Amino acid sequence: MSELLYGEVEEELRAGLRGVLADRAGWQHVLAWTERDETHDAGLWRVLGRELGCAGLPVPEELGGSGAGWRETAVVAEELGRAVAPVPFLGGAVLGVAALLASDDRDLLASVAAGEAVATLAVPYGSPERPARDGKVTGVADALAADVLLLPQEDGLYAYDAPDVTRTPLTTLDRTRPLADLDFGGARGRRIGGTQAVGRALTVGAAILASEQLGVAEQCLETTVAYVRTRYQFARPIGSYQAVKHRLADLWVAVAQARAVARHAADCVASGGPDTPVAVAIAQSHCSEVVVHAAEQCVQLHGGIGFTWEHPAHLYLKRAKSLSAAFGGAHRHRAALGGLVDLAP
Amino acid sequence: MTPEELRSRVAEFREKHDHTRMEPLEYLRARFDAGLAWVHFPEGAGGLGLPRESQREVEKAFAGTPSNRPEGNAIGLGMAAPTILAVGTPEQRERWLRPLWTGEEIWCQLFSEPGAGSDLAGLATRAVRDGDGWVVNGQKVWTSLAHRARWALLVARTDPSVPKHRGLTYFVCDMTAPGVEVRPLRQITGEAEFNEVFLTDVRIPDAHRLGAVGDGWKVANTTLMSERVAIGGQAVPREAGVLGLVSQAWRERPELRDPALYDRLLRLWVEAEVVRLTGQRLRQQLAQGEPGPEGSAMKLSFAELNQRLTGFELELLGDESLLYDDWTMRRPETVDFAGRSPGYRYLRAKGNSIEGGTSEILRNIIAERVLGLPGEHRVDKDTPWKDLPR
Repeated sequence: MSELLYGEVEEELRAGLRGVLADRAGWQHVLAWTERDETHDAGLWRVLGRELGCAGLPVPEELGGSGAGWRETAVVAEELGRAVAPVPFLGGAVLGVAALLASDDRDLLASVAAGEAVATLAVPYGSPERPARDGKVTGVADALAADVLLLPQEDGLYAYDAPDVTRTPLTTLDRTRPLADLDFGGARGRRIGGTQAVGRALTVGAAILASEQLGVAEQCLETTVAYVRTRYQFARPIGSYQAVKHRLADLWVAVAQARAVARHAADCVASGGPDTPVAVAIAQSHCSEVVVHAAEQCVQLHGGIGFTWEHPAHLYLKRAKSLSAAFGGAHRHRAALGGLVDLAP
Repeated sequence: MTPEELRSRVAEFREKHDHTRMEPLEYLRARFDAGLAWVHFPEGAGGLGLPRESQREVEKAFAGTPSNRPEGNAIGLGMAAPTILAVGTPEQRERWLRPLWTGEEIWCQLFSEPGAGSDLAGLATRAVRDGDGWVVNGQKVWTSLAHRARWALLVARTDPSVPKHRGLTYFVCDMTAPGVEVRPLRQITGEAEFNEVFLTDVRIPDAHRLGAVGDGWKVANTTLMSERVAIGGQAVPREAGVLGLVSQAWRERPELRDPALYDRLLRLWVEAEVVRLTGQRLRQQLAQGEPGPEGSAMKLSFAELNQRLTGFELELLGDESLLYDDWTMRRPETVDFAGRSPGYRYLRAKGNSIEGGTSEILRNIIAERVLGLPGEHRVDKDTPWKDLPR
């Protein structure tokens, strides 16, 4: 049976991270950052990746990493989700690291784990299983921040130096997670692993994504609860009306459930248990809907202020809606689940 | 007492008492007197003052011996016993606990009234002091087991001139006393799990009062708290309950499959697993001694899931959903979800969001106690009960 609670080390990691993010990634800071033309928040990523060791948490110490695991990585994803922090964690420290751990390039893994380089998987953020066509891949997350791009090909995984690849930034719904179209035409890559590395990275990615979704949802819930306690209309806090409090009670239940299934998925990828594919499909089916619901409630229950640029609700909404389309979306995970649990269409 | 000492105590008892040669009741009484009934109860009250977990071992060791049929006395064991233990006098413990545990005396609960459901503290059944006893008049409802019970936990109003929570007193009512009338309450499934109980000039001796006069609300909360601990829940396997029946029908009867139902089936499958894992996480929290607020969420999610599942099952079955197995008025002891027809499951599940706290009240509890949102605007808190609109 999987361990669904947070361990002491995980709680310490969370506390440390939350302090750093409060100092360096408050929502005003993030909002201002989205209006600049940068690929990621390099200063913040330096602190997180190098100083706090978040770039290579699941990488063993002898390979240059922190020697933690995917459970701890999931806790970081929760916290970065809460802050909607514009750092290449998902692409680099999750997809890239998962792919490299299942590949042969130990030097690249070491420099990625040390936070010196970012290597991300060159797959579409929305449909990561869609293969490249004519050397082109669309909508890749964290590609602009990457130093190395890992391209899945028919016979295995290939590494390319990012400057050799044409990268075209896209205008995205969620500006805190930049996407780019990639054209590998003419660039030369080197084979670093088999196709199983790609499959593993996508499974891990979908599992960790559920924790990021949990973090965003929690942030939306907490922000909204705090607001309805202090916002008065008709001489009462609006949080005293059942129309409001019942919605938040339901949201709290959904978030508590999201925590259970996200923890289960993280624990499964960490331990490599046989339930992993089912656990990941369940976590994505649930969490990617909860996160959107939470962000939409956050906007609605904040009323007018929640519809303005000067309030963080829109940052959460844009991240949430994009997250729900990431990695295939809930309906595709449910379809996959049908095959896994012997429920045919 | 160490686990070894407990084991040898059980072994010694079993050596001295041959259940194949004793009347079942005599055997159960002896087991109670030996402190091996509920070992987490104190010595002299059927227990040995051990941790609650030890009980499981004891039950295992007594497998195959006469049973006290706990399923037939859920309110006695789950609510009456902890309440008597918490507030009862030595005489009350002495009188009631042993026959309660052995199953000789069944218990029921006279709490809800037609006019007091969610607002239990607003109840109107009156108990008036009369010499060394009380005279009770009123009507109670949703009383399971009233038609079999010897005793009832009763909350009645003893002082209408103070605000509602302060004017209540807790009694044990003899269900065989003159003036107690029990009528079955037939429900939408056709059967009658519950009763209405009419109390007309029922005399209760003051010695049958549990706790102080005016403390009824406090004592009732002890009882309700025990109910929630009892509901705590067991680990269930994947595809347990109605989901298992629905999944099985989908697999074995391809002619029922329909693309429009497919995504809904998978959604329900996910939802059931989500609820199951949340329960698992809650139990892990409880095992670590952190009683998580997830507890109040469990009943809410279970009710919604069960209602959606049973509704889906009827849709899946198409023409068959137009039929029902049996409308005979029966008096079932337990709810039989798996053994009855899908139509029964659909109807019975409607009670899940009403019984034991409505979903609306549970949402209030989560919002106010977990999220810290302000309470409802209250007009009844400081007004004497007799002046409240009703």
